[in-house]
Amino acid sequence: MQSSAIIEILTQRLGGEPSPFEAVDARDGMPTIYVPIDRLPEVGVVLRDDPALRFVFLADIVAVDYYPREPRFELIYILSCPGVSGYGDTPKRLRLKVRVPEAAIVPTLSSVWASANWAEREVYDLYGIGFDAHPDPRRILMPEDWEGFPMRKDYPVQIRQAVKTYEPLQVSEEEFVANVEAARQTPHRGKGPAR
Amino acid sequence: MSDNDLSILTTTVEKVVQWARRSSVWPVTFGLACCAIEMMAMSAGRYDIARFGAEVFRGSPRQSDLMIVAGRLSRKMAPVLRRIYDQMPEPKYVISMGACASVGGVFDNYAIVQGVDQVVPVDVFVPGCPPRPEALIYGIVQLQRKIDKQRSFV
Repeated sequence: MQSSAIIEILTQRLGGEPSPFEAVDARDGMPTIYVPIDRLPEVGVVLRDDPALRFVFLADIVAVDYYPREPRFELIYILSCPGVSGYGDTPKRLRLKVRVPEAAIVPTLSSVWASANWAEREVYDLYGIGFDAHPDPRRILMPEDWEGFPMRKDYPVQIRQAVKTYEPLQVSEEEFVANVEAARQTPHRGKGPAR
Repeated sequence: MSDNDLSILTTTVEKVVQWARRSSVWPVTFGLACCAIEMMAMSAGRYDIARFGAEVFRGSPRQSDLMIVAGRLSRKMAPVLRRIYDQMPEPKYVISMGACASVGGVFDNYAIVQGVDQVVPVDVFVPGCPPRPEALIYGIVQLQRKIDKQRSFV
């Protein structure tokens, strides 16, 4: 399936004149389309559910930092249709691209594809691109108290910092008391006298 | 009474302690990267560190004497490494295995600790990328020599 055919279906379902979707002539022959950043969730639903498309699998999300170009970032969603019974007619792939300015917040796709959850966390962790309404917006690879986003072009890669070797166990007074209470109320199992 | 009937050895407590410690250096099961493969090869039948009394890789740090830091240590992993080291009973020893553990190796970047001696005290550095099993065995023998010279009762 060519990218022009996919764009035709998208424009038919979502409207827009002229079509906000833009086909790219990718060198590897994989269908590739640019999507405006604010249309992302609805485009995702159509790509997943349209009987002619059925891109039910989001394989990965890749971010690229084109610093100092504007818009700075580009997100690439790798979609796949397995082409087995119930999931499309033929196996096919699609590369979905989004241009992201530095200050932009990208709408999350984790409600469309569950696999977007961790992939978007990784993009946030390494590039600092924020996702709107993400269910779990934490870092995923770097330590949680890390400063900066290491995969950005302007990040000092060979940075020298003191190594943090010890993280104290963070238990507040209330949590401690609640834990003790919970242990007391659990039915005693095993040998020995009950507490 | 002939000489053959004598069942007494004279020695010092220190010598016995040194002998006992050096003859049963038990490493903790802890591999970080590709060096761990060579570490496993060293403990397996072909190279067999059982010949040097270091054969038992313990699953718990509380039963171990030696930590072989085999591979690159990320900054996120550093607190974990330190905690495992803290759980080991005294006397405890550390071998830094390979270029990455010793100085960061090719990973001169923000994510990798440039030398595990920033996190734990290292007794023996074994160079190589990765070191061959013989090199690691040599490192363990060097450690045994060091233990042999350690004085516990001054």
